Amino acid sequence: MTGLVFLIPIALGMGGLGLLAFFWAMRSGQYEDMDGAANRILIDEEDDDLDR
Amino acid sequence: MNAHASLQGIDPCDLSDHRFTVPGMRCAGCISKIERELPQVPGVAEARVNFSAKRVAVRHDASIDEAGIVRALEHLGFETQPAATNPLAQDDAETKRLLRAVAVAGFGMMNIMLLSVSVWSGAGGVTRDLFHWLSALIAIPVIAYSGRPFFASALMALRYGRTNMDVPISIGILLATGLSIYETATGGEHAYFDGAVMLLFFLLAGRALDAGMRDKARSGIAGLLSKMGRGASVIAEDGTARWVKAEDLTPGMIMMVAAGEALAADGRITQGATNIDNAMLTGESRPRPVSLGMIVHAGASNLSDPIRVEVSASSGDTAIAEIARLMDEAGQSRSRYVRIADRAARLYAPAVHSLALLAFAGWMIAGAGWHQSLTIAIAVLIITCPCALGLAVPAAQVVAANALLKRGLLVKDGSALERLAEADMALFDKTGTLTLGQPRPVDLSVLSAESRGIALALAQASRHPLSKGLAATLQLEGVKPAHIDEIEEVAGLGISGKWRDTNVALHRPSAGSDAPASELVIGEQSVRLEFSDGLRPDAAQTLAELGRMGLPSQIISGDRNEVVDAIGRELQIAAHGAMLPLEKLAKLEALKAAGHRPLMVGDGLNDGPALAAAHVSIAPGTANDVSQQAADAVFVGDSLLPVAHAIIVARKTMRVVRQNFAFAIGYNVLAVPLALAGLVTPLVAAIAMSGSSLIVVANSLRLFRAVR
Repeated sequence: MTGLVFLIPIALGMGGLGLLAFFWAMRSGQYEDMDGAANRILIDEEDDDLDR
Repeated sequence: MNAHASLQGIDPCDLSDHRFTVPGMRCAGCISKIERELPQVPGVAEARVNFSAKRVAVRHDASIDEAGIVRALEHLGFETQPAATNPLAQDDAETKRLLRAVAVAGFGMMNIMLLSVSVWSGAGGVTRDLFHWLSALIAIPVIAYSGRPFFASALMALRYGRTNMDVPISIGILLATGLSIYETATGGEHAYFDGAVMLLFFLLAGRALDAGMRDKARSGIAGLLSKMGRGASVIAEDGTARWVKAEDLTPGMIMMVAAGEALAADGRITQGATNIDNAMLTGESRPRPVSLGMIVHAGASNLSDPIRVEVSASSGDTAIAEIARLMDEAGQSRSRYVRIADRAARLYAPAVHSLALLAFAGWMIAGAGWHQSLTIAIAVLIITCPCALGLAVPAAQVVAANALLKRGLLVKDGSALERLAEADMALFDKTGTLTLGQPRPVDLSVLSAESRGIALALAQASRHPLSKGLAATLQLEGVKPAHIDEIEEVAGLGISGKWRDTNVALHRPSAGSDAPASELVIGEQSVRLEFSDGLRPDAAQTLAELGRMGLPSQIISGDRNEVVDAIGRELQIAAHGAMLPLEKLAKLEALKAAGHRPLMVGDGLNDGPALAAAHVSIAPGTANDVSQQAADAVFVGDSLLPVAHAIIVARKTMRVVRQNFAFAIGYNVLAVPLALAGLVTPLVAAIAMSGSSLIVVANSLRLFRAVR
């Protein structure tokens, strides 16, 4: 029974973290361009002069 | 963010942002091409592609204007139009709110389920009470937050004395929560928090799917500026020119209209003579010569020579505005269409209420006590609450709309799919709908491989319709533009340049003739290119397909009778030419009055009222803004086949929707007696609800395969 004192807050905390992560992702515009994100991974950026 | 690197050296204060719609982006290559090459154009600081919305956001300084960027993008091989400033922000917010609510409900559902499973598997005594209290602690804020869309809508309906699907949902959720709190406080055995939150989650998922679909279509369609000029250079009495917005033009002003510009107001020509393209208003594809003293209308575009026009009617009084008014009125009838889910809800909601009420009354009379009777009534409400029904329609429609999108057809909302499935005849406009609406070279074989490259390089640099048609055809053939220096365009005459020290030019042919043509000159040689507005490549196949599905086709066009008749004969369908917008509208009204459900396909502004009046309508992506707004769906590309696909897919979708409904009703027939008998525990309700929802979604996903 005492295990529950830890386990339930951990379970809730993990769910809450996931929820916060989702809100953050939505606010930072990561769902704005889903198809673009899928396609961008195919772009080879070979030129090294792109200073990043 | 690598793009910021290129900002160095430019004062960020001078930069402005503009957005452009680029429908031709199809692959990763296009993204990198635009993002890499556009910033190399002088004046452009940064370009960012939104691939889903087919839009490019460009940050640039004052040395380049919108038209310059459009030209630069067209030079890269992308057809472009400037987009209005963020017209979508508001609709986006709605979807985001729903998504947030889904996320919160999902979070609550998972955690409450975790606790509920322990209770079902035998937790008792203090542990059970603790778990119920924890569930209540999670459920109450979650329901308060995620339930708002339903509560708000239910309140609205009740305020106007009506009932909708949201009323039983809201009552069910609120009663279940209230009773669960009571149970928890009194240490009872069952709490319904899990059921209430799960119900919210599934219903919100359906809503979010529906809203997301509408957003997707809207972002594809909206934002294209109308072809009507947005303003004009007005000459003041002292001879200076200044830019005046279309809505600020007043009768008596003198506008200067350069070649390639669209007229922003109706007026009379006071200087110059030119050819104008009136296709948007009349559907007539042939350029019309106009000269001093003649009346020209807003929306026409000036093809060859600069003219001056004295404004006689502006913004609200133009011929275009008159058509827009007609359209508004014609569109009213469509807003009366009731979607299938709402039709179902009209029957369903009262049935659920009376059933729950009867259950309560019945058990009270049987002497079960108010607590047990209320528990049973709530079980009936929850178990009959339309989880599966709420998902039945949006799930199928979203899958179908996505499948159609891959085939180049954007459906604006779910009701469009429902109406498409009901269409029983098809009416087509000619110019721009059955035909490409753009002059294309008749025969390219007169050009050698080398001269094709030169022709493409020259044609790309010009905005003349013939050049655009030539460039589009050559690009389709995979021709690479040759390198040409000193490109110069003389409006109304042609375009010239230097290719390997040879003078090259693409200009209006020396010998005049009726058919549109242009002449490609390379050094001493010259080739004449004839143009015509050809049928879309698979027009005949599409009409045959529609005929097979029981949709006979007709042409209604504003173009001259002999042209329309010729096309009608070629496609072997009935054709009516020389129709005014009002006559098209009257024709559709007559068909509707005769009990038909016509599908209208058209692109011109003159089709606007007809598009709005038809049972369902489709416009090509090249149509003007107003027509795209009036139409229920928009197809992109040169092929007409998406129109036929749309009907096929819509009918399949409706079949799946009906299956989903049948399933949902069948499920209720099984579950309701159990609930009435008082046998439904929270566990049974949870299994029944999620099970039925999953089956409905899975059935809808089948559409993905069926569409291929």
